[in-house]
Amino acid sequence: MEHIPIVRLGDYLLVSIQVDVHDRLALKLQEDLSAAIRQHDASGVLIEVSSLDTLDTFIGQVLAEIAATSRLLGAETVLCGVRPAVALTLVELGVSLDSVHTALDVDRGCIWLRDRLAEQDAAESRCRRIKGNMSRSPLRTLSCT
Amino acid sequence: MPKNQGKHESQPPSDPVLHVIQIRSSDDVSRVREALRRCCVERRFGDLALSRLVTAASELTRNLLQYAGRGEVAIAEVVDGDRVGLRVRFDDVGPGIEDVEAALSEGFSSSDGLGLGLGGARRLVDEFEIIEHSAAGTRILVTQWSRP
Repeated sequence: MEHIPIVRLGDYLLVSIQVDVHDRLALKLQEDLSAAIRQHDASGVLIEVSSLDTLDTFIGQVLAEIAATSRLLGAETVLCGVRPAVALTLVELGVSLDSVHTALDVDRGCIWLRDRLAEQDAAESRCRRIKGNMSRSPLRTLSCT
Repeated sequence: MPKNQGKHESQPPSDPVLHVIQIRSSDDVSRVREALRRCCVERRFGDLALSRLVTAASELTRNLLQYAGRGEVAIAEVVDGDRVGLRVRFDDVGPGIEDVEAALSEGFSSSDGLGLGLGGARRLVDEFEIIEHSAAGTRILVTQWSRP
């Protein structure tokens, strides 16, 4: 069965959609990506669509679902390279894709992912520090605040 | 004087049909997009005109499939003076749309989906017409004119 290739790029996965995506292919991509995130322990997904001259509501919905599923699996998704004509059409159609982060191209997508993941790491380590302090001495934590 | 005047006394000559696509499954939505995309490129449609027409056709074909289960999509060329356009006809064989005004309104959807189908598609094209909505089925005609 035909499929859209998923390329590993360090901690990220890169999907470049080059041809018209029929519904089954879109659903297959959604499934393949979830499996690949798990398999490679990926922290980011880049979906590159600069070759596409159309995106309809179905594909829009699949992209939003991919972003939501990836987040549950611990990966952030960036949609890269939406063409201006496609962006205008989507807005006129009423599809805003609010839940999916977008970037002008893959380079900028990578930068966004790196920054975003750095923020998350910082937040996590703050969390760990506080937890550590609390387990050692709850009184000290209280006196700190 | 047009040559075919004798043959078509009361009606104008019909637009030359370029493609007729039978709609049976969701794979056919992609076939409609592909055929229409080629027609647009051949007529030098600009990026935006192409994107709008192909997207509208995708939504309407999906709509047809969702409500009627099957139907037919035909793509024809239309010429008006020095303008060239594409007219796409969507014929379903389903129950038809009971309340056209409601179906065109924002957010209406009697089945699942985003509910942007008809109203959204209407905004994307230059001309949009629902010709019949009876027990026999629904016909939707959309036209987009080529713009560089």
